[in-house]
Amino acid sequence: MSTHDHTEEHHTGLRVYAAVCLALFVLTAVTVYVAKFDFGDFNIVVAMLIASIKASIVALYFMHLKFEDKLTWIYALYPLFLLFLLIGFTIMETFTRVPVIK
Amino acid sequence: MSSTVEHAESHAHGHGLGDAVTHNAAKFGMWLFLGTEILLFGGLFAAYALFRAKFPDLFYDSHKKLDVTLGAVNTIVLIFSSFTMALAVSASQKRNRKWLMILLSVTFICGAAFGVNKYFEYSAKFHHNIFPDTNIFFALYFMMTGLHMLHVFVGMGIIFALIIMAKQGRFKEGNRYTPVEVGGLYWHLVDLIWIYLFPLLYLIG
Repeated sequence: MSTHDHTEEHHTGLRVYAAVCLALFVLTAVTVYVAKFDFGDFNIVVAMLIASIKASIVALYFMHLKFEDKLTWIYALYPLFLLFLLIGFTIMETFTRVPVIK
Repeated sequence: MSSTVEHAESHAHGHGLGDAVTHNAAKFGMWLFLGTEILLFGGLFAAYALFRAKFPDLFYDSHKKLDVTLGAVNTIVLIFSSFTMALAVSASQKRNRKWLMILLSVTFICGAAFGVNKYFEYSAKFHHNIFPDTNIFFALYFMMTGLHMLHVFVGMGIIFALIIMAKQGRFKEGNRYTPVEVGGLYWHLVDLIWIYLFPLLYLIG
């Protein structure tokens, strides 16, 4: 953790926050628009990709993760790794299971 | 954690636990808590993944009964509230009490607007005889959005407390604004989770 006496200032001004907010609005519109097209199995991939871009922007700028130290980054990303394991293996199990009763 | 604090303290040049250290420790603690929140919702996301993979048609047909417009409006409302919350943290850093209170109030009102919107959405579903036991899609829909709504209410409670604290002059010059920043982190997480809930529930292509 940074221990300078003035750790408080993040140097993020109104302009940056406004741009971030606008970008999030635009991405919301994009995800609604894109959902009208059928990409088959890639529908969910596209939707999750856009959501993850939005989530990253929120974390980096609104939550100031961009200005945080390594330790905070590790603790922010670790639950996502666990989530990846949980959901990844759940999906894998579902698609590879062979029905017992045919 | 204690080693981190000690390490930090050694740099504080004998002033004991400085404001900066306390501030960073509180922030770090909130990030840890947010990790547990992500995993709490993570269980539901895993259940969603499993059942959507098993019943793709049921998910597709059921999601059409949700109102995309209402969902999109709520997404915009929450993003905007995150924007005003970020600005509120800025205002507290600049010790601008007036704007801090205005921005916190706007954030609170956005949270309330989200709740009202959700109330109408739930009512419409109940009116059409759609309940959590209708099928697995709606079981997950009500559970996920309900748990999220609970977080919105908790966040609104925190923001309300911050408004009271600001009114009492707790974030004046020389005082730490830590509660505003830490409360802000919580509010942003509520936004973050909705960013995933919206496409997963309303926009199954």
